[in-house]
Amino acid sequence: MSEPAPERVFEPSVDGRIVLDARDISRALTRISHEILERNRDAEDLVLLGLHTRGVPLARRIAARIETAEGHPVAHGALDVTMYRDDLRTHPTRAPHHTEIPPVGIDGKTVVLVDDVLFSGRTVRAALDALADYGRPAVVRLAVLVDRGHRQLPIRADHVGKNLPTARSERVGLSLEETDGIDEVRIVELEGVTRA
Amino acid sequence: MTRHLLSIDDVSAEEIQQLFATAAEMHDVQKREVKKLPALRGRTVINLFFEDSTRTRSSFEIAGKWLSADVINLSAKGSSASKGESLRDTVLTVTAMGVDGLVMRHSASGAAHQVAGWLDIPVVNAGDGTHEHPTQALLDGYTLQRQLGGPGSLEGKRIAIVGDLTHSRVFRSNVKSLTKLGASVVAVAPPTLMPAGVTDWAKADGFATSYHLDEVLPEADAVMMLRVQRERMSGGFFPTSREYTVGYGLTRQRLGMLREGAPILHPGPMNRGLEISPEAADAASSRILDQVSAGVAIRMSVLYHLLAGEESA
Repeated sequence: MSEPAPERVFEPSVDGRIVLDARDISRALTRISHEILERNRDAEDLVLLGLHTRGVPLARRIAARIETAEGHPVAHGALDVTMYRDDLRTHPTRAPHHTEIPPVGIDGKTVVLVDDVLFSGRTVRAALDALADYGRPAVVRLAVLVDRGHRQLPIRADHVGKNLPTARSERVGLSLEETDGIDEVRIVELEGVTRA
Repeated sequence: MTRHLLSIDDVSAEEIQQLFATAAEMHDVQKREVKKLPALRGRTVINLFFEDSTRTRSSFEIAGKWLSADVINLSAKGSSASKGESLRDTVLTVTAMGVDGLVMRHSASGAAHQVAGWLDIPVVNAGDGTHEHPTQALLDGYTLQRQLGGPGSLEGKRIAIVGDLTHSRVFRSNVKSLTKLGASVVAVAPPTLMPAGVTDWAKADGFATSYHLDEVLPEADAVMMLRVQRERMSGGFFPTSREYTVGYGLTRQRLGMLREGAPILHPGPMNRGLEISPEAADAASSRILDQVSAGVAIRMSVLYHLLAGEESA
């Protein structure tokens, strides 16, 4: 997540307005999967790494779609960036999630980082640092379901499900079947709240 | 998490599980080529050891370094403490150098509590007299829980802690942490090495005591042997080493009384041939070296939770 996840300040399916429903999300993921394949004809060198929390099921879904299209499995795993965040000292400590690097490793591979919402870019920066401790990929790309803008670092995504122009006072609430029981993206107005 | 880790009393069962979960992630770092996390970059931790220790001190040192902290080791030998400086002055002096956390071992029970009251940085008790050794208890609990099947697996398990209970801070901390995690502890020792007032204490903390190792072993799901602390004994606790081994050593014969695969633990350093036989120490079910590697992971977890977040800033 580009924002501290997964604490929610709203109830899914209650607050805000829906901007993507389950079918929109499914279509976006299918398109991202095809884009990734187009950029990497040979899926064998591909490793998809989902960023905790909601990037992990997204990476799994994209991997499943690529497998269906290509007929063979694609390596995928999970990356936790808690220890690499630059805001560790401004929050109470968080317990790290489990990092799962697939057995093929990441050396010389095309690694696609998968996240749900791209916001400030700080999570992606932390992920790049974490990645460097696990090995040396040939190429690193970034796939996100939603790009909501407001970048604080020179980072952009290679594959975007939906560009969603937002105000700083709004929050993008992304729910997934695996973690929240429903697939949808909502925009919630948070009065007087600006997040860095 | 609390601000300090002075005693197992400072952490709840949930917090212990949180520390274990973080330690499991830290354990994975040990398998990596780059054994380094940036979580404590720019922070300084002092290991202040007024009492000799190799494994605890080096394991705190490795833990701090793998989290990218700057780690300074100070031992009392050859320092101002040996020139007669008071504990308070020593501690205030070294921490005035701008450190962010203090790991301390002292031969006086309660020393870490005392020091924590003088400082506004997190203090970790790395053993104080015969009182407590919380990180050792955490690493023992973590090792056992992993062996017995993960979170919740200690519930209802029978753990025998055997040996010099009177002088053992490891025993005191382990009783608290293992019972918090739902295990039932049986403390086994000769009458001379049972702590004074143990009956009341056992009732309050919910553990059992026994003088008979041979009766306890077949029922145990795991056995933790304690070191016979000759340096703390002025004599008279048992007639001869041989007699101690016959009554309370984990001998080759007793190894056969254990349930198959029941983990054997020992906090080290071992007196081979006294409280533990070489066969038991090197048995397939011995988890003694796992305890050592778990020690680094647990100490990383503790340092991370005490030092990384906003509360310590």
